Amino acid sequence: MSLEVLAVDDSRTMRDMIRFALEPAGFTVHTADDGVHGTEVLSEIAPDVIITDINMPRMDGFGFIDAVRERDKYRSTPILVLTTEAAPELKQRARAAGATGWIVKPFDPIKLVKALQMVAG
Amino acid sequence: MTKPDPMEEIRASFFIECEELLEATQDGLQQLDEGCADSETIHVVFRAVHSIKGGAGAFGLKSLVRFAHTYETTLEAVRNGSLEADPPLINLFFRATDHLSDLVRASRDNEDVPAENGEKLLQELEQYIGGGEEDEDEPEPDIDFQPLGLSLDLDLGEAEEETQTTPRFEVKFSPEAEMFEGGNDAYPILGAIAGLGEARVQCDMSRLPDLKNLAPETPYLSWVVELTADVDEAEIASMFEFVEGLCAYSITRLDGANEATAQDAPVVLDLPMDLPPLPTPETDEPAMSIEPEPEEAAAPAPPPEPDVPAPSAKEARPTERAATSGQTAPKSVVRVDLDRIERLVNLVGELVINQAMLAQSLKSSGLSPHSDAMNGLEEFQRLTRDIQDSVMMIRAQPVKSLFQRMSRIVREASAAVDKDVRLVCEGENTEVDKTVIERLADPLTHMIRNAVDHGLESTADRVAAGKSPGGIVRLSAAHRSGRVVIDVSDDGAGINRPRVQQIATEKGLIAPDAVLSDSEIDNLLFLPGFSTASTVSDLSGRGVGMDVVRTSIQALGGRISITSVPTKGTVFSISLPLTLAVLDGMVVDVAGETLVIPLNMVAETMTLTEETLNTIQPGVDVVRVRTGFVPLFDLGHLLGYRDKQDSYVESVALLISHEDGSLGALIVDDIQDQRQVVIKGLDDTFYRAPGIAAATILGDGQIALILDPSDIISKAHDVNATAPLKLEA
Amino acid sequence: MTQDKSTDADTIELLTFRLSDQEYSLDIMCVREIRSWTKATPMPHAPSFMRGVINLRGTVLPVMDLAERLGLPRREYSDRNVIIVVKQGETMTGLLVDAVSDIITVNQADLQPPPDATSQTAPTVIRSLTLIDDRMIRVLDLPNVVAFAQSEAA
Repeated sequence: MSLEVLAVDDSRTMRDMIRFALEPAGFTVHTADDGVHGTEVLSEIAPDVIITDINMPRMDGFGFIDAVRERDKYRSTPILVLTTEAAPELKQRARAAGATGWIVKPFDPIKLVKALQMVAG
Repeated sequence: MTKPDPMEEIRASFFIECEELLEATQDGLQQLDEGCADSETIHVVFRAVHSIKGGAGAFGLKSLVRFAHTYETTLEAVRNGSLEADPPLINLFFRATDHLSDLVRASRDNEDVPAENGEKLLQELEQYIGGGEEDEDEPEPDIDFQPLGLSLDLDLGEAEEETQTTPRFEVKFSPEAEMFEGGNDAYPILGAIAGLGEARVQCDMSRLPDLKNLAPETPYLSWVVELTADVDEAEIASMFEFVEGLCAYSITRLDGANEATAQDAPVVLDLPMDLPPLPTPETDEPAMSIEPEPEEAAAPAPPPEPDVPAPSAKEARPTERAATSGQTAPKSVVRVDLDRIERLVNLVGELVINQAMLAQSLKSSGLSPHSDAMNGLEEFQRLTRDIQDSVMMIRAQPVKSLFQRMSRIVREASAAVDKDVRLVCEGENTEVDKTVIERLADPLTHMIRNAVDHGLESTADRVAAGKSPGGIVRLSAAHRSGRVVIDVSDDGAGINRPRVQQIATEKGLIAPDAVLSDSEIDNLLFLPGFSTASTVSDLSGRGVGMDVVRTSIQALGGRISITSVPTKGTVFSISLPLTLAVLDGMVVDVAGETLVIPLNMVAETMTLTEETLNTIQPGVDVVRVRTGFVPLFDLGHLLGYRDKQDSYVESVALLISHEDGSLGALIVDDIQDQRQVVIKGLDDTFYRAPGIAAATILGDGQIALILDPSDIISKAHDVNATAPLKLEA
Repeated sequence: MTQDKSTDADTIELLTFRLSDQEYSLDIMCVREIRSWTKATPMPHAPSFMRGVINLRGTVLPVMDLAERLGLPRREYSDRNVIIVVKQGETMTGLLVDAVSDIITVNQADLQPPPDATSQTAPTVIRSLTLIDDRMIRVLDLPNVVAFAQSEAA
């Protein structure tokens, strides 16, 4: 069973890393480079999990989560937020925005896979 | 082709991305500095630094992370309005960006950057954000991204090594309704816990009401996991990280040590242990698919649309978007090995040569110009030129990155000589061949340093002269008639001509009694060994003179000229070919050799007659062009092909226009053609002939030299330098 | 060119050629190709042993008159002459010679240094000498042959 992941990040490096971490673990990875792009991609695919960065041009991570949760189809799709800060208030903010969990950058592939398993099985 | 290490690939692409991010940072700061920033600008800068930090963390580049973090924190303070971006702070940001790019490049090349620069900047940054206390709370990049450590059988954990002493735990877990709102679900969490070792999962359905009382959105179920795994409580607790506060859970060690790790668990029901076990309460996947789920089933939906675009198709999307989205959207790039482009450029070069050969043989076969073959040839020529232009476009790059480097030079140079200098850039999006850009960096750096050091007056002198205390160095690029013109100008005092002439005389570069025009004096700066500063500062006194600048510009097929107005400033103007690969040339015959002269340098051609020829003094001939006299240069003689001709009547003269506006006439035997030629570099480590810019291959396969007429004429002048010609065009 | 005997470290393969009645040779490893003489485009102000440049499949190849470079008298060349294309470092150069004779394999031990060359100030262009069938064959020191041209031009 291959899980489909949508990774939204404005950094090409980060997108590459996510892809590199997840594809060998059997995930199918789609990417988008900001929130607006992410919502466009969501019209075409239905990922099992979404990973999103917070700081992005055009539409940031919070805006993106809002946009995702507005769609019935994605009301309960797990969303992981990529954050460089481990500060509790940031996690709280992510959760308040509708995120399912978070990944602290820099992540290692094992932690990323584990985090995905914690939200999507 | 060998398959590259994917991690190395990502790393390489990270550093390319860094360059883009640094460029975006520079841009943003420039806008802030010039007061033309909008509300988004500071966010762009912040994000760029943030992204650099993020990537750097992933590659364990600690010093880069550390510096970027403090820089980012200061930017964040500006972003959230608690700090105002005043000029000193923006200046600090510029310097921080410089250092950041040093760190990026050093990390890329695995080199060290002197720590003290960074430390000083860190201190300055920290003064704005109140001390370095955040040093500690930054995520330690100790969990370096380790590709080799990627283990796919995570689920097994340490269970294989289970022994008698493997700890046993009882984990109780009762989700609350809110837990499901954020997209969390019980199934994956239980699965993750079970994955730690050997687990028995039981469902407590005791709270499940009768169907008529069932509130669909209320979670009634809780679970008890009996886990045997070589882990500690903290590790199990980490499985609840995302649902902390959204559920009740407890972790109890069953063997011996009986401390319970109850996390805000007000309602942990002490469940009877003899609950009916659920189907397959075994290890591995707790397959609980039949349990009533408050939300949609946790099992991932099957791929919804069969025509899901392939990842590669997704990757290609930004290309289309780039055109429509705002300037903040990242550029989409294809990384191509430069070698491949070189090969393509060479092939196109061959095509052009081949086309010339074909044209030649078709013409000599006596075909009618209106024949199909000749029409086809015309079309072929047009296509060839289009292909050529397109291929050259691949190598074209905006000069922006180059100009940004210069802004740093200005900052450093002005700080070194204690002048207040502002760099104004124009035409940054002008595109030039990548190779040209790379090879311009050194000469341009030197010219900028010169402008700051020598061109601009000291602040006191400026004020005394009634000027603004801050000097301006202007760097501009523009396309002009098929070439790129780059100007470096300052608003300084202009060239001190009496002083220049005095120095040149002292150094024996000119005769003491030489009478020189203003532009001739200005051009003395380009003579080898000339240095103007009466006090040699450590800035431009590096043994590199303007003669070296001129040589490197000429090596690019370019020319440099100088104009200066007393009290107003000086302009150095560089004119370069758009590309190093092709050239519109005039093909001429001289003493049996075929030569190519860049067409754009030829102002006019004429056949010499008795009436127009004059001899000023023995050996110095001029031709009258309208009302002026233009000095004649015997090309065959200057190139050493033959002795000087006795008479130039009936010879052809090419009027060569210099950058400074003066003219010279080159004498050739005949003009063959005007034609586009492919430039072939001459290996200048082997032999560089004066006045020879490059070579090309003609339609017959022979090599023809491409001349730099300006150089030839100035060399001819040099020969007479002790008795300079007093000639005005 | 064969390279299959290269495993034997004790032997060296030499390309021998004639210049005015004398026999010279070069380590075959630095020889890229041999091509017939074509008219070279002269380079202005170059040292006279530089015959100019020729088109070698799209690149510009400088050609040196080896005889003149070695101090032998200059003479006119014809179609019978050949150009040995050599690579020294990153630089390709064409060496104009009378004719190519043979490829020979000699033992390193049979190569002897040229007799006292200290009287010359310039580095010697002859690396060693060897005898083949009683004929003396000079082995050229290619870096010095080419480097001299470079310093001369610079």
